[in-house]
Amino acid sequence: MNRRILLGLLLAALTLPASAAFDIGQLMAGLATHKGGRARFVEKKYIALLDKPVVSTGEMSYVAPDRLEKRTLTPKPETLVLDKDKVSIERERQKLSISIANQPEALAFVDSIRGTLSGNRAALEKSYALHLAGTADKWVLTLLPSDQRIAAQVLKIVVSGSRNQVLGIEYLQADGDRSVLSIEPIAGP
Amino acid sequence: MNGRAVRSLLLWLLAMLAGAAIVWNSRFTADMSFFLPARPSAEQQVLVDQLKEGAVTRLLMVAIAGGDAEQRAGLSRELRRRLAGGADFLSVQNGEAGSDEADRAYLLRHRYLLSPAVTPERFTVDGLRTAIADSIDRLASPAGMMLKTLLPRDPTGELVALLGTLAGGHQPDSRAGVWASRDGERAMLLVQTAALGSDTDGQQAAIERIHAEFAAASAAAGGVGFTLQLSGPGVFAVNSRETIKAEVTRLSSISSITIFLLLLCIYRSLRLLGMGLLPVVSGSLAAVVAVSLAYGTVFGITVGFGSALIGEAVDYSIYYFVQSGRSGIDAWKRRFWPTIRLGVLTSIAGFGALLFSGFPGLAQLGLYALTGILVAALTTRFLLPPLSPASWQMPDLTPLGRQAERLIGRLRHLRWPVLGLAVAAAVVLFVDRDDLWHPELAALSPVSRADQQRDMALRADIGAPDSRYLVITQGSDREAALQQAEAAGRQLDRLVAAGVIGGYDSPARFLPSQATQAARRASLPEPGELRQRLAAAQAASPLAAARLEPFIADIAAARAAPALDREALAGSNLALAVDALLLAHNGGWSVLLPLRPPAAGELDAAALQAALAGSGALFIDMKREFDQLYNDYLHEAMLLSLAGLGAIVVLLAATLRSPRRLAAVLLPLVLAVLIVIAGLHLMGERLHLMHLIGMLLIIAVGSNYALFFDLPPDQPQLDPETLASMLIACLTTAIGFGTLALSQVPVLHAVGITVGPGAVLALLLAAIFVPRARPR
Repeated sequence: MNRRILLGLLLAALTLPASAAFDIGQLMAGLATHKGGRARFVEKKYIALLDKPVVSTGEMSYVAPDRLEKRTLTPKPETLVLDKDKVSIERERQKLSISIANQPEALAFVDSIRGTLSGNRAALEKSYALHLAGTADKWVLTLLPSDQRIAAQVLKIVVSGSRNQVLGIEYLQADGDRSVLSIEPIAGP
Repeated sequence: MNGRAVRSLLLWLLAMLAGAAIVWNSRFTADMSFFLPARPSAEQQVLVDQLKEGAVTRLLMVAIAGGDAEQRAGLSRELRRRLAGGADFLSVQNGEAGSDEADRAYLLRHRYLLSPAVTPERFTVDGLRTAIADSIDRLASPAGMMLKTLLPRDPTGELVALLGTLAGGHQPDSRAGVWASRDGERAMLLVQTAALGSDTDGQQAAIERIHAEFAAASAAAGGVGFTLQLSGPGVFAVNSRETIKAEVTRLSSISSITIFLLLLCIYRSLRLLGMGLLPVVSGSLAAVVAVSLAYGTVFGITVGFGSALIGEAVDYSIYYFVQSGRSGIDAWKRRFWPTIRLGVLTSIAGFGALLFSGFPGLAQLGLYALTGILVAALTTRFLLPPLSPASWQMPDLTPLGRQAERLIGRLRHLRWPVLGLAVAAAVVLFVDRDDLWHPELAALSPVSRADQQRDMALRADIGAPDSRYLVITQGSDREAALQQAEAAGRQLDRLVAAGVIGGYDSPARFLPSQATQAARRASLPEPGELRQRLAAAQAASPLAAARLEPFIADIAAARAAPALDREALAGSNLALAVDALLLAHNGGWSVLLPLRPPAAGELDAAALQAALAGSGALFIDMKREFDQLYNDYLHEAMLLSLAGLGAIVVLLAATLRSPRRLAAVLLPLVLAVLIVIAGLHLMGERLHLMHLIGMLLIIAVGSNYALFFDLPPDQPQLDPETLASMLIACLTTAIGFGTLALSQVPVLHAVGITVGPGAVLALLLAAIFVPRARPR
């Protein structure tokens, strides 16, 4: 009897530190439970050529696992929809729709967002090396492109969030410019 | 053989040799011109030009299947590399990276002469501030990010504006770096041949080259199981020609061998058979000669009609041998020749009506058949008698005649049932009158359904233009035509904004008129002035004026650059686009502006016509023109058929001089037409123009039989030999036309399936309705 209690304690002792350290598997499992919702966003693009960042604001909505809509309201209205493998952009009466299924670079870029939002670890690891820091309440996931073709465009992508909610995405481009996307969820109806 | 016979024979031989020489030097074609109007309207002329020389008719779509995506892409690149060498192809596109580099470079380099946004206002302080602010805003979008590096050179965003006009925003899907079908399972290429669409030989050579290069590339890749699919107007033309060629041989062989065997059974003499075929050979040869001399080119389909001509032309020698066997040649000339002559004349009246058709194929068919019949009849009348031996052994056909006589006796009881059947047929035709007819010219097209379906599949996969809607402008020279096109373009821009059309292409986008180029150049300020304005415009902007020196340099270069002409485009795909849409023809230039329908719904033709009214630009809906063309043909064919019928009636009336006799001859023919047409309709055959012509031919050909039943008052009953000769002649005619019914070429099939049964029925009904012998 004692032995069994002892063994139980020992096991508990072994598992405790493990549950305290937040790992990628847990993050992904948590993200996968996120079924979607709406959020306001502010995106700042820091471009070397410009003295000030270009700021755009609008709303995003996400429906798990593969529909993402980004509706920019300022400075110019634009709607970008990512639906499965189709990207469509609508801006100033112009409508552009492309399939990215067969375009590896674009697909990798899209997967960085989509994979994070849906907690699809396999999709992320196909193109990126993942590094996680922080706790479940305040985590930072860094994606480093493993493919040379992607690395030529993007040096790294830093996603931050709390629990199963992504709150920010930062892209650091190869030319030194970067963009910072801040996401603020809107309580769903 | 006496001297006269020898002379006749020599004359005939000489005529045949001359004819053979003409045929040998004739040009045969199997292209679309069979269907294109001989006397086109302005709109139809555009259609004709497009079908003969339009860029769309030189487009071939290529699909590679098999292997995996990478292998297909490799094969696609290799095929492009192989085809691009040599002069057979103007362009070979497969979407691989770098293939549109020249286009982008051209647009970037000449953007200040090309962009419609370039106006004096654009380069004022306010104009610059607004345009540059827009470009900065665009950086917020992922679509604008790729143009970031160009910002110092092109801060007003002219290249963005120009790229938006390329390809209408549509690109085929891509896999492994090259174009792919929508399902991704095939690599796609778009090839433009150097040969015109109307040059079937050139198209065939191009298609064979693609197949050969593909086979070589596929073998070099070590791959088995790769397949190539090709489609496009050139493939249609080549396949149609193959079909028609094969049909001409196949149908003529079937009909001549069958008739040959039939006559051999009846004559049981090779000599008689040989003589009997003389009129057929003469007629067939003369028919081609006449068409060749009258039209310059002979359509394959026309020659395909030969199998029916054989069946019809052989009749005369059958009459001659069977009928003159007992009564002798002189008695035949006296007693039978007038009847035969009248039959020949009615046939000629029927086919002759077609000569006046504006549908070139129909007119040729008319001339071909008319000449063939006339020459066959004349050969029978004037060559056979002198060549005939003093006496010949003809198997006795009296038993056949007597059997037929007994049959006719019994058939007479069917008069009322047949009348009832004809009334029923008329009712069916009246009730279903609205869906008897096939409404489209496509009904006549020799392109097989499988070919059409493959074409539609490939077209959808690659998004090739179908060019249904066009606006056309004309000018006395290139500059005038381009200026007209720019004026029409301004109207069209308004329609795009209003959502009436989805968009349009114009060669003036890549090659503006000199006037427009000059106006744009004059809008560009000189460097010192521009620098000052930029400083004022950008005072509060995140993009400092000091960073825009590359822009100032590019403007200075554009001010000094020479005007663009066609040579400036050399080596780019844009040159092809311009050449396809900017056409020189005798007496001037015209510009085509293909329209894209709006994203939702149909294009509103009335709104377009109203917008373009008075501008000199012409709006054309190719499909509507085609349908209109076909309707015109159909309408005309109805008039011609009625005219032909009228001519036959007048001819018969003038000869028979008795309303009763005329009615007796015509009644069985009209009933035969009714029953055949209703029968075809009930069997699911959609009637078109050629069935209509077939109806006329039933009357024209059938009257030959009905006339024999029109007996002189002194002869109460047809003698058995004459009856037998009619049976045989009718059989050969039915074989000739019936063979046509086997054809895959709709034009031939329709005539065959109508006239074959019609001829038999005409004989049968003529026998049934033969006036009862009046008691003497």
